[in-house]
Amino acid sequence: MTDLIDLYERMAIIRRTEKAAQDLFLAGLIKGTTHLAAGHEAVAVGANDALRADDYVFATYRGHHHAIARGATPEECLAELMSKATGICKAKGGSMHLTKADANMLGSYAIVGSHLPMAVGAAWSATLRGTDQVAVAFFGDGATNIGAFHEALNLAAVWRLPVLFVCENNLYMEYTPIGSVTAVANPAADRAPAYGLPAEVIDGNDVLVVRDAVARAAQRARDGGGPTVLEARTYRHYGHSRTDPAKYRPEDEVRQWLERDPLTLARAKLLEQGVPEEEIAERDAHAERVVAAAVDAAKSAPDADPREAFTDVWADGSATWRT
Amino acid sequence: MTETMSLGKAINAGLRKALDRDPKVILMGEDIGKLGGVFRITDGLQKDFGEDRVIDTPLAESGIVGTAVGLAMRGYRPVCEIQFDGFVYPAYDQIVSQVAKIHFRSQGRVRLPIVIRIPFGGGIGAVEHHSESPEAYFAHTAGLKVVACATAGDAYWMIQQAIASDDPVIFFEPKRRYWDKGEVDLDSSLSEAYPLHASRVVRPGTDATVLAYGPMVRTALDAAAAAAEEGRSLEVIDLRSLSPLDLDPVYGSVRRTGRCVVVHEAPGNLGLGAEIAARVTEECFYSLEAPVLRVAGFDTPYPPARLEEAYLPDLDRVLDAVDRTFGW
Repeated sequence: MTDLIDLYERMAIIRRTEKAAQDLFLAGLIKGTTHLAAGHEAVAVGANDALRADDYVFATYRGHHHAIARGATPEECLAELMSKATGICKAKGGSMHLTKADANMLGSYAIVGSHLPMAVGAAWSATLRGTDQVAVAFFGDGATNIGAFHEALNLAAVWRLPVLFVCENNLYMEYTPIGSVTAVANPAADRAPAYGLPAEVIDGNDVLVVRDAVARAAQRARDGGGPTVLEARTYRHYGHSRTDPAKYRPEDEVRQWLERDPLTLARAKLLEQGVPEEEIAERDAHAERVVAAAVDAAKSAPDADPREAFTDVWADGSATWRT
Repeated sequence: MTETMSLGKAINAGLRKALDRDPKVILMGEDIGKLGGVFRITDGLQKDFGEDRVIDTPLAESGIVGTAVGLAMRGYRPVCEIQFDGFVYPAYDQIVSQVAKIHFRSQGRVRLPIVIRIPFGGGIGAVEHHSESPEAYFAHTAGLKVVACATAGDAYWMIQQAIASDDPVIFFEPKRRYWDKGEVDLDSSLSEAYPLHASRVVRPGTDATVLAYGPMVRTALDAAAAAAEEGRSLEVIDLRSLSPLDLDPVYGSVRRTGRCVVVHEAPGNLGLGAEIAARVTEECFYSLEAPVLRVAGFDTPYPPARLEEAYLPDLDRVLDAVDRTFGW
């Protein structure tokens, strides 16, 4: 188990990477779009610490934190956003599709809900091979109203597969309060009983709470107990995408959630544990240096070769259409 | 050794070979296990290969194909049966947004050797959703290979080649020809059998070139036989692969005949015939004696069963189009 101070540092690196992404976007150095996960760090870092390297992770278009938690470097992520040759997907995925297959981070998916059945399939492969790996699908609250969510929960339950469905409920489906378009109060957890699945609503801003809940669910899955639904309540620090200032959120609500910033919570706990402030400050400074170096490296990396767009359409590496 | 069998039985035999050859091959779909599929294409396979390899799924096409993606990512070769053509649309998102693009997006690190079998086309007295020809939707998308078999002999090898392919393949089966019998060469091999993505001249001729695939190949051959009685020699080419298209043999043929008619059941507007007509015109412009003509389904929803004979291209409509190329 990793020390809280190390989890804190990982979250701090993600936080600064997201800030850097926003700054690069506003500076016109990122084309396309970004969906920043600042505020969600505890979900990714806590969950990943409870998982093994051979477990499978699937994330969404708001997924930078999961890629980094799984071992992607801030540099290769920022380079991807900037369409650089050194990008984690050679600039062919962009912000929404960060993937690190060699770390079993099997992709970020921008079609809401589409990766839940994929996690079911990956979990099924583990069952067929007789290993005790688990698959984890992270998704937003918005995904709980789409068909694939329900199909995936049912499939996983029927086949009793080792899969964890982890909802990052940040209260907003893009720009709309999830509560105003959803029939139940807890969009993921309240649906689980319909599929006979255990569910838990947890504090998604407390990295240790997330780690404990994911560890328990993963153990149950490894022991043959089947899938679990976890609903981690958290909050976006930025808007839905790009330059959305998220003015539709009540000021009080924003203030209350910012007070419960996952980094603030972890810092308080560290001080409680007697970790000196200087050590925390040193971790912050380290995160700052890592991300500043990543920004410099990404900026100075060569642009992606446009010819790259004509590779890998097919399994033979080509893009040949006519024969 | 060759054996005479129906097209449906040939696919069944091909699936059996694939299951036998590679333990990573998994069949999944609605009612395909215990029942053996509504057209009995997977008859007996669950009994012989077990419930872990021939799986009855819930009625949930997006979930079926999405699950297949997850399996394929981890080294399996899933073969999904879509019960009827019109049922593929709930899975369309997964197929077009994910299946077609994940290899590209992952710079070739993640391969998706998935086969999606779709019984397609009309002529069985069914209705909308059960008689459609949605091939153009898929052929339009880079990253998907699309094929259609027309005979038992082809079906047996094409399904095995599709399963062995490292690219995702949408495999169209002409459901009204499931019961047509043909010779199947059981002794060939995956590499020796006729290539999956090659078209084939199935009847040589000199006066006009007729292109077809899937259920329309037999219609085109019937038309060629009737034309021969009137002294006109039609060359019939079975396209077999709809994406990528293998048109070099077509260009060669049209340069000789000067006339080209494309036949498909799918509606004409923006169908495969439109693309083929454009390419044949680009490549064979100075050889053409007439515009490339299309014989296709009408641009309406698939009609009620009572009207489908009027809707589907038949021998007379093919011959009429050939006549028109001579009247230009």
